[in-house]
Amino acid sequence: MAELIDAAVRLVAIVGAFLVLPLVAGQAEHKAMAHMQARLGPMYAGGFHGWAQLIADGVKFVQKEDVIPAAADRRVFAIAPAVALIPYLVVMVVIPVGPGLVGVDLDVGLFFVLAVMGVGVLGSIMAGWSSGNKYSVLGGMRSAAQLMAYELPLVLAASSVAMAAGTLSLPGIVDAWQWWWLPWQAIGGVVFFTAGLAELRRPPFDMPIADSEIIMGPMTEYTGIRFALFMLAEYAGIIVVSALTSVLFLGGWHGPVLPGPVWTLLKVALLVFVVIWVRVSYPRLREDQLQKLAWVGLVPLALLQLALTGVVRVLTG
Amino acid sequence: MDGYFGSYTVVLALFAIGAVIVTGALTLNRLLRPARPTPEKLLTYECGVDPVGEGWAQSQVRYYVFTYLYVVFAVDAVFLFPWATVFAAPGFGMTTLVEMFVFLGFIALGILYAWRKRVLVWA
Repeated sequence: MAELIDAAVRLVAIVGAFLVLPLVAGQAEHKAMAHMQARLGPMYAGGFHGWAQLIADGVKFVQKEDVIPAAADRRVFAIAPAVALIPYLVVMVVIPVGPGLVGVDLDVGLFFVLAVMGVGVLGSIMAGWSSGNKYSVLGGMRSAAQLMAYELPLVLAASSVAMAAGTLSLPGIVDAWQWWWLPWQAIGGVVFFTAGLAELRRPPFDMPIADSEIIMGPMTEYTGIRFALFMLAEYAGIIVVSALTSVLFLGGWHGPVLPGPVWTLLKVALLVFVVIWVRVSYPRLREDQLQKLAWVGLVPLALLQLALTGVVRVLTG
Repeated sequence: MDGYFGSYTVVLALFAIGAVIVTGALTLNRLLRPARPTPEKLLTYECGVDPVGEGWAQSQVRYYVFTYLYVVFAVDAVFLFPWATVFAAPGFGMTTLVEMFVFLGFIALGILYAWRKRVLVWA
């Protein structure tokens, strides 16, 4: 019984984080982006600096008519948002926030994360193909092309950390973490975060969505609540990628003075800010430029990191 | 909750919760939304102008070589994970390190070959 209650409390906490943190990230994006562009951003909803803007958006989305174009492949079109969203929720179960503060400590945690996160992109491809819209098909194709580019550097960089820690369990990796891993795994960290940005289809890697050329890519035909689910998936993805980067490469809950979970959240918040900052600062890459960056830049760098990790690990015994 | 697969029941439960969240949102939407479809509304939006021709337009998949490369390397990368957890265990050390360089050498050679063959460009 105690075990059941324990699991239930953990699940409630995860669902709470899943429903709240993406909204916080979204609001932070609204405001940070606005101020970087010398605007104010939302100021009205909720009174204080428009803090309730995304809640107001949600209330509006839920009342919107559900339009599925006659030319679309209805069933695939309808479940695509769920396919995009649910993997990010499921991944959150293995991400540790503090010592012992984790949904469940899977011994193949890292492998599980990479496998489940790969499913999310299918939602985008399904949406693109089922919409019956030329721009959406192009967007879906670009999503698939992007998958080819980022997945390998992501996996190689992640396995470098697994080598350093000698375990695939995420709490185990953070337990084994030492401060000098920061410079040791720096290349892997940059590769992982960059590949993660590409996985999220965030600028500068947002060519599947590319609103100025292919309208909204795979999401062009979506309205109302299904569109909102896609948006939630995007921001949940930002949280998940930032949390993974801080757990794998920035030492998760390790840090002086403050308690562990606070450190984890601080590191996640910092990375979320970087994601927003990068969006405002860089122009969009072309799809072939991303392929080139991945195969000529990120993959060799990740292989270099693997070699470095292996040598240091064996020499230090 | 015990046994090797016990920990996965929590994962399955979270998956079920995810399905409930999505269906809950869609059901709430069903209760609150109007439904007044018209032929114009159900027309594919595309870029705002009435669509011309079929939605599933023919297009050339220019990155199929990358796809082959990706499949080859992704299969390789899977083998890294079980190896990564034991390679520095006592008694392995140098042997596995040399093996790692052989492995990395093969992958790097593959990429170098693809690059020399000029398939790493958008054809």
